[in-house]
Amino acid sequence: MSKTRLGVALAAAVGLWSAVAGAQDTVKFASIIELSGNGAAIGTNWRDAVDMAVEEINAAGGILGKKIEIEHLDTQSNPGTSRAVLQKALDGDPYVVLGPIFSSSTRVNMALTERAGVPQIVGSEAASITQQGHPTIFRTSFGQEMGMPKLVNYLKNEIKAKKVALIWTNDEWGKGGRNTAKDLMAKAGIEVVADVSTEVQQVDFSAEVLKVVKAGADAIFAYCLEEESARFLNELRKQGYNGPLVGETTLISQKVIDLAGANANGARGHVGLTIDAPVDLLQEFGRKFEARTGRKSDHNGIKGYIAVYLAKEATERMGKFDRDGFAKALRGAVVTTKDEPGVLMDLRIDETGDVDRESFLVEVVDGKQQVVKVLPPVGDWKK
Amino acid sequence: MALRARRTLVMIEALQLLISGVSTGAIYALAAIGFVLLWQTTGTINFAQGEFVMLPSIIMLAFVLHGGLPLWVAFAVTLVVSGLLLGVAFKVLVVQPMIRHGVLPLVIATIALGIFMREGAKEFFSNEAQPFPMPVPYVVLELGGVTVTSHHLFCLAVAVVLVLALQWFLGGTRTGRSMQAVAQNAQAAEILGIDVKRMVMLTFLVNAALVTVAAILVTPVYLAKWDNGEAIGLTAFIAAIVGGFNQVRGAVLGGVLVGVLENFSAYYISTEYRTAFPLILLILVIMFRPYGLLGRPEERTV
Amino acid sequence: MGTMRWIAGGIFLALLVLLPRELKPYGIFLMSNWVLFCVVAMGLNLTLGYAGQISIAQAGFLGVGAYTTAILTTRFGWDFWLTLPVATGLSFLLGLIVGFPALRVQHHYLAFVTLGFNILIYLVFRNEDWLTGGAFGIFDIPRPGFLGVDMRDPLSFYYLCLVFAALMFAAAWWIVRSPWGRAFAALRENPVRAASLGVDIRTYTLLAFAIGSAFAGLTGAFYASLLEFIDPYPFALEYSLSFLLMVISGGSATLIGPIVGAGMVLLLPEWLRFAKDYYLLIYALLVMVLMAFCPEGMVGLWRRMVAAIGRRRARAPTERPT
Repeated sequence: MSKTRLGVALAAAVGLWSAVAGAQDTVKFASIIELSGNGAAIGTNWRDAVDMAVEEINAAGGILGKKIEIEHLDTQSNPGTSRAVLQKALDGDPYVVLGPIFSSSTRVNMALTERAGVPQIVGSEAASITQQGHPTIFRTSFGQEMGMPKLVNYLKNEIKAKKVALIWTNDEWGKGGRNTAKDLMAKAGIEVVADVSTEVQQVDFSAEVLKVVKAGADAIFAYCLEEESARFLNELRKQGYNGPLVGETTLISQKVIDLAGANANGARGHVGLTIDAPVDLLQEFGRKFEARTGRKSDHNGIKGYIAVYLAKEATERMGKFDRDGFAKALRGAVVTTKDEPGVLMDLRIDETGDVDRESFLVEVVDGKQQVVKVLPPVGDWKK
Repeated sequence: MALRARRTLVMIEALQLLISGVSTGAIYALAAIGFVLLWQTTGTINFAQGEFVMLPSIIMLAFVLHGGLPLWVAFAVTLVVSGLLLGVAFKVLVVQPMIRHGVLPLVIATIALGIFMREGAKEFFSNEAQPFPMPVPYVVLELGGVTVTSHHLFCLAVAVVLVLALQWFLGGTRTGRSMQAVAQNAQAAEILGIDVKRMVMLTFLVNAALVTVAAILVTPVYLAKWDNGEAIGLTAFIAAIVGGFNQVRGAVLGGVLVGVLENFSAYYISTEYRTAFPLILLILVIMFRPYGLLGRPEERTV
Repeated sequence: MGTMRWIAGGIFLALLVLLPRELKPYGIFLMSNWVLFCVVAMGLNLTLGYAGQISIAQAGFLGVGAYTTAILTTRFGWDFWLTLPVATGLSFLLGLIVGFPALRVQHHYLAFVTLGFNILIYLVFRNEDWLTGGAFGIFDIPRPGFLGVDMRDPLSFYYLCLVFAALMFAAAWWIVRSPWGRAFAALRENPVRAASLGVDIRTYTLLAFAIGSAFAGLTGAFYASLLEFIDPYPFALEYSLSFLLMVISGGSATLIGPIVGAGMVLLLPEWLRFAKDYYLLIYALLVMVLMAFCPEGMVGLWRRMVAAIGRRRARAPTERPT
């Protein structure tokens, strides 16, 4: 081992002390993200897209002349660890925190950014996150409370379903989505005839699928993680179900299509962000991402990419690096792609940090996401 | 009339659950048998047994995707690779240096090995799940309202053939009987002039082959991913103990029982507690019949 | 040797007190976590190391204590300190229940029963929303009040954890030296002989589980308060395996072992972070190497080194030509 390597190892060994001093001409971003554990796949998309955005911005001269310095810290898909690594990141005094994606992790660690007054742009979708009055939290994708109503409307008005069977992944994300959807369906007069949970890493889906198929529903609503969605679809087609099948974001995602192949055909759903949307900037992002990583980006990659550009836009609007002014600059603001092409679609940030913009109704046809309909934003800010 | 129709419907549902459960359970059984064999011959409780199923599936898929091999050729090659890695290398590098220290250090070492294999597969192959080709052409058959796939039948056939072959090998051949003798009492076997080292090595190779077969059966349904081992490994333990720790037949029964029980309890009782029922069965068996459902008390290794 | 040991202990304690003053909040958090996990591992060490009963349910016991305190403080407004006896009592009881199978089976059978219990406990945490908040967990768990000190300050809370751990270390030390400890050892070495010497095997086996579990349960109360939030995941099976790893890799049936082991499991991956994505790989490899060459764990390794140096010193003069 060379002397410097030994030095590095020693420095790491006493790493509890180590404070990384940032150079003056850089601005520090911390990304708290799922790089191992069961969120590794989605977290990797986020990380690669964030890195891509950072490189683009740095190549174009940075933000207000400062280059972005990004560090990714692994939450191991574990809320406790996410809190610990966020604390570690905050010790390094970052300008802004990006991530995490898992809602359970965000809910645990967002109190730290609140106390530190550091803006946090998350990839989580649980409704509760923006409802706790955190002054500097932001999302770049729809929360469940924004996405689910669009989906339930679709079930009620387009499919005309009176009875729906629900199947969901039994973790905080899946259960949260199921609770939101169940409430909305009750209000819309839709009866939930089956309410079936599934386990992460479950092997055999036959009992669960039999339950939803035999429930006599007009439509099945699946809210499972990508891999579970694929296993579910395979079993569902095996048991011969061909009725209406809808989902929100995951069910019709590229990953599920890759995994389930032809069995994903016919699935429909609502998607906030997809590289197959009829939007040039989104498609261009998709191509760049694929050229860079050899993979197709899912919505999590897009979320991360937009997060970096949103931080850039906020800073440029202020004309300085000011954490306190960050929220004021963004909340209630409309950011169009003319202002900043990196946000990919025109959007509006509301007073709680939630995002509003157009979204898409998608159907899987011949192994491809096909956008059936573009849904308008919830608010009427877009003229 | 309505009652009769209802009854038929219930029968059909039950049959559907049974078939899926048995076919999944047969795969668990293969992993469980290997687990039992290792325990018998060397006292190894292999906490990485689930990862032992995961790794061949990843290797096989790598041969298919990056080597362009047809699945069956990839399987054959993987069988050899598994034999070397999960058989020979596992025995020589992990079990042999540690076994004289007793059971616990080896337990810890296999836990660490499991982490090592998981992380390795994630770093050097992919952190995302991948689809895995079906070993036989996929056909869905409908028999009186019950859906059966070619893959179900294939899993069952392979498991039955394999278990029968193993039974015949262990009971009907000289080598097999020597292996059994080593499993029951290594010192006595040594005195009888049996090459204990060779027999132990053979056991590790058999385990490597079993997990490779389990991999090609389970992965088309389960998808190939680095963290697949957790669920499979745990179920294999449960199957092994429920059936009886000292018999191949027991492990088979255990695997099938667990597969079926999970499906039935998920359908009729609770999906939220679907993993709890096999565990409750496990605890009951250990409390009241610790030698397993098919085990014999006198062979109890305690 | 005796004085050397006291001096080493003193230096270690001084480090524990002084080091965190130099650390940032993350470092202090890690130290607090480590100090608490030392107690959990000490508990398991009593069950496993001293009494020889394999238990893979320690994370479940930790969870029972953590949830007890979380529920009583957030839902019923109890004071933190009042929840401690309840957390301890419940985990003690559960330990007794989990210990029952040990009266019938041993070794790997016992490992699997306790492992099964751990998963069942975890499932209850996750599924019973009305009680535990289910997968969403419980938020805003208060830090305890103590002599008017603000325990939201990480350093103050660390010192509280340190005092707690020191008391528990003393308790473990006392148990090991008491007649109980000797009965545990007899149980481990030879149960049949122990019975013939008049040790009530039944009682002591159950006690070994219950005491080990109570250590974890009591720690759970502090753990919930440290995190200020709990959900089911830190109490899953894999964390029980981690505690097992702590005891064995540190050195079972030694008082220092669990402390070293908890440090290895918790802090080593942290120091290996310079290896980026490969840190878990390296870590797993290190554990396997340790088990291959020194199954008595780090304490065993240390003793062996000391012995080797002692031998060399003793031999050295004779080798010199006179």
